[in-house]
Amino acid sequence: MYKARLFAAKHARFYEALYNASSPIILSLLRGVNMLTRDKLDRPITWVEKKVKGFMFDCQMCGNCVLSTTGMTCPMNCPKTLRNGPCGGVRENGNCEVKPDMKCVWVEAWNGSIKMKNNTKIQEIQFAVNNDHKDTSAWIRLAKEGK
Amino acid sequence: MSKTDKDNQEYVYHPGDPLPELEGHVSRGRFERVLKSGKFAVTTELSPPDSTDREEVYKQASLFDDYVDAINATDGSGANCHMSSVVVCALLSYIGYSPIYQISCRDRNRIAIQGDLLGAAALGICNVLALTGDDVVSGDHPEAKRVFDLDSVSLLTTIKKMRDESVFLSGRTISKPPKMFAGSTINPFAPPVKSKVLQLEKKIAAGAGFIQTQYCFDLPMLREFMLEVVDRGLTERAFFLPGVGTLASARTARWIQNNVPGVYIPDEIIKRLEGADDQKKEGQLICTELMQQVKEIDGVSGVHVMAYKQEQYVAQMVKNSGVLDGRKPWSPKDNY
Repeated sequence: MYKARLFAAKHARFYEALYNASSPIILSLLRGVNMLTRDKLDRPITWVEKKVKGFMFDCQMCGNCVLSTTGMTCPMNCPKTLRNGPCGGVRENGNCEVKPDMKCVWVEAWNGSIKMKNNTKIQEIQFAVNNDHKDTSAWIRLAKEGK
Repeated sequence: MSKTDKDNQEYVYHPGDPLPELEGHVSRGRFERVLKSGKFAVTTELSPPDSTDREEVYKQASLFDDYVDAINATDGSGANCHMSSVVVCALLSYIGYSPIYQISCRDRNRIAIQGDLLGAAALGICNVLALTGDDVVSGDHPEAKRVFDLDSVSLLTTIKKMRDESVFLSGRTISKPPKMFAGSTINPFAPPVKSKVLQLEKKIAAGAGFIQTQYCFDLPMLREFMLEVVDRGLTERAFFLPGVGTLASARTARWIQNNVPGVYIPDEIIKRLEGADDQKKEGQLICTELMQQVKEIDGVSGVHVMAYKQEQYVAQMVKNSGVLDGRKPWSPKDNY
């Protein structure tokens, strides 16, 4: 949802705190569930992730989630799916070159990032997405990787 | 390369062959040598033809002879279809020019791009410019599928990995890696302006050795940007070539201002064009002055001249500006 997405960038500091507090709990919970059910609940978990992140961030389920490093703005909403900053075509009013009515995702990401406590993460180089992870749960993968 | 230099080489010199390897240089091309020797470099842009006639490529390139160090061949600029950049660069390399192979992320995925990089190096191309690329909606095939498998930073990472580690992204070994001098672009004028230097730092960390910018008409803003660039030590890690351009008329300027995303032309420039008797001449004069002013900015290593459909005036403008200080860049005539 576009409005919820803008809200997230605007309140990136709060979302960051929420993320930092909840992600260890969610991940250890998922690890536990995974150990007990052996992947049987993967599909419903993926469905929940899709719905929750879809509403909050317009998540595109790329499966390579970097929200916490991009000012709580999902870069996959950029029509060019850029992961390391905006292109040179951003309009003077900060809107997208391709979708003139949409705020540039990276303008939002930048504004969100400077509000965050850990605001240097946006400087990390994000290599192109692994397309093999499309439509899979980033939560489950992180839980399995033990991060 | 002068005749005596040639005699000293142990191999038979072919104009399309890259130069001998040099300590501290990543490529065997002339462009990197000009920059690393501390000379003020001039680059320009060639528009690949809508034709199969290679003479059209050579004719356009010859317009720049004696005044330009390297020629960018655009890759489907404005998302319009033209002869491919890699082929134009191969044609230019073959007679000894120093082309800059522009790669846009719009049209090809990582498999195609890596393959093309190997092919380009095999054909003697020594410079590559990593670009995001204009979106398909701005071109003549708005119905095309956009690829953007990589972005410019990922593309730079890819080039660097292939060049320095001799492997593909998959880890598979490349027996002879593409020794390319890689560059990228930045638009200091597009929002979010405050993040631009940081984004630039990211591109340099990913492997950009030189940076060409979007059209700079707003010099105070460019100066401010370059101050920050120098401040962060980025000019020690990459060479900066701000982009300047010539405007054919006040009408064109206004059209560009309203229709080309990312280009910002201050009102004073448009007013100056409007007030001139010969707007085209005035546009060239503005461009010439911009070159001189850009050269004075701390941290600048050269200038990139963009003159779409006005390529025939580039040499004269460079000459009038005096930015080369009497230096004569290489041209094919030097070989014969």
